[in-house]
Amino acid sequence: MGYIELNEVTKNFGDLQVIKPLNLNIKDGEFTVFVGPSGCGKSTLLRLIAGLEDLTSGSITIDGNEASDTPPAKRGLAMVFQSYALYPHMNVYKNIAFPLKMVGLDKDEIDKKVRNAAEILNLTEYLARKPGQLSGGQRQRVAIGRAIVREPLAFLFDEPLSNLDAALRVGMRLEISELHKRLNSTMIYVTHDQVEAMTMADRIVVLNNGIIEQVGTPLELYRSPKNIFVAGFIGSPKMNLISGEFADKNNAHTIGIRPEHIAITQSEGNLIGEIKMSESLGSDTFVHVEINNFQQNITVRAEGEKNFIRGEKINLNYNKENLHLFNEVGEKI
Amino acid sequence: MPRIVQKKRKTINTLVAWSIGLLIFFPVLWTVLTSFKTEGQAINDPPLFLFFDWTLENYSIVQERSDYMKFLWNSIIVAGGSTILGILIAIPAAWSMAFVPTKRTKDILLWMLSTKMLPAVGVLYPIYIGFIKLGLLDSRFGLVIVLMLINLPIIIWMLYTYFREIPEEILEAARMDGAALWKEIVYVLTPLAIPGIASTILLNLILAWNESFWTLNLTAAKAATLTAFIASYSSPEGLFFAKLSAASTMAIAPILILGWFSQKQLVRGLTFGAVK
Repeated sequence: MGYIELNEVTKNFGDLQVIKPLNLNIKDGEFTVFVGPSGCGKSTLLRLIAGLEDLTSGSITIDGNEASDTPPAKRGLAMVFQSYALYPHMNVYKNIAFPLKMVGLDKDEIDKKVRNAAEILNLTEYLARKPGQLSGGQRQRVAIGRAIVREPLAFLFDEPLSNLDAALRVGMRLEISELHKRLNSTMIYVTHDQVEAMTMADRIVVLNNGIIEQVGTPLELYRSPKNIFVAGFIGSPKMNLISGEFADKNNAHTIGIRPEHIAITQSEGNLIGEIKMSESLGSDTFVHVEINNFQQNITVRAEGEKNFIRGEKINLNYNKENLHLFNEVGEKI
Repeated sequence: MPRIVQKKRKTINTLVAWSIGLLIFFPVLWTVLTSFKTEGQAINDPPLFLFFDWTLENYSIVQERSDYMKFLWNSIIVAGGSTILGILIAIPAAWSMAFVPTKRTKDILLWMLSTKMLPAVGVLYPIYIGFIKLGLLDSRFGLVIVLMLINLPIIIWMLYTYFREIPEEILEAARMDGAALWKEIVYVLTPLAIPGIASTILLNLILAWNESFWTLNLTAAKAATLTAFIASYSSPEGLFFAKLSAASTMAIAPILILGWFSQKQLVRGLTFGAVK
């Protein structure tokens, strides 16, 4: 079991309030992702749950037990750090065995669990190596191994993949997701990468400036963002946000429309624009289009490889259902 | 032609380095040489460098007159004891300053260092009286405590700098892995800081070994260390340079040998933090 409740939690560093009064329930077995830009407080929030930072006010309960004043060692949580934070003077075996040694388990039991974890993570042949002799991905696996052996109430991941190269990151992303399915335990995962958030999460918590902007499943956030911040943060490429005459016509302050919801048509559409630039990814092409009366260019996603010529006029079509309307303060209408 | 210029420069640099090295080492060398001369040759004018009648007689006289082993043993206990005690106190102190600093941590560090700026003689009187009252005068225990206290600021400073280089996340990982504070210090921090701790120990051993002010003032016969042993050959016995040199050579030999074998650690200790 591992459900975690945050009640009116705040955190100040000096005069700066990095976490404003915040409530959040994390269900047992759920994969929750904290996502947001740098400095939004997501890592601080994770460290508050871990007990590595003290709360300024509010309370945290883990499995229904008040944990606000419990030291990290006693909270029963495991954490995987961005820098892996392996013990450089111990070999892989000893690194994984460390948390078990701390609980005072006997040697045979430790051996069984360490070998089992090493098996799951494909680390068996590296058990005698020191962290310095491992690649980034292997180190990350050791860090995960150290977390899983002790069967914690919940796993905390602090941007665990950001030190890995792109290819490895995709692989590890899948491995962590699989691990979650296999262990079925609560996981909280911090990232600034919305692709990681979208692909891994059961539920995403979008944070900005120390407050929760929205909590929901990946598709809820994608389909109905509560405000401009979430609309702009979730989805790649970014949602087009248009204000001015076009918005006024739709009785809104700002209109949002995703690049994939605008189609390029041969026949007449509801917008006409001029191509400014195109970026080809092979599977998709992103076209940046200038439209009369729009303050900025909009991005359109075209499927497949297409050639677009700068300066060419094109017709664009969108479905009114796909428009997101926001008021003056940026909230969804 | 740049290669030749470089070679020339290298030769000059080597010569300069050797000259400076010899200049610094010369008094030690001269002491060792003098210890093998007779008293007459020791004060010969012009001074004799290598061509004299080499003799070991000074050593046997020194050993006859005073029990070298007793002083050596005292030195080992006092230097070793004060270092171990100092390290045991300094590790938790440096841990807290490096990893849970408060607003006053920097001030405390500076204040500790400032005690080293005070002339030791300034506190001789109160400490001496204190030693009499506590019955610590001429005891190895008392000397261990005093030497530990005077070197503690340096030990804490050195360990503090080493600990600051250890990534905090590793200690946090230990906390998350269920390690209580003392386990975190024993199993994670200390092994990671071993090179730093080793050079701190070495430097402190040397400082304590060579300490003479407190040793001379607080000990007499029982707890006297090798520095007192050398001193006993200087003033009261007149100008017996050869014997004095023999005593000095015997006193510095153990620490010189230790220093020679641990040069690497020492250099690291002295230049630590100078470059990233």
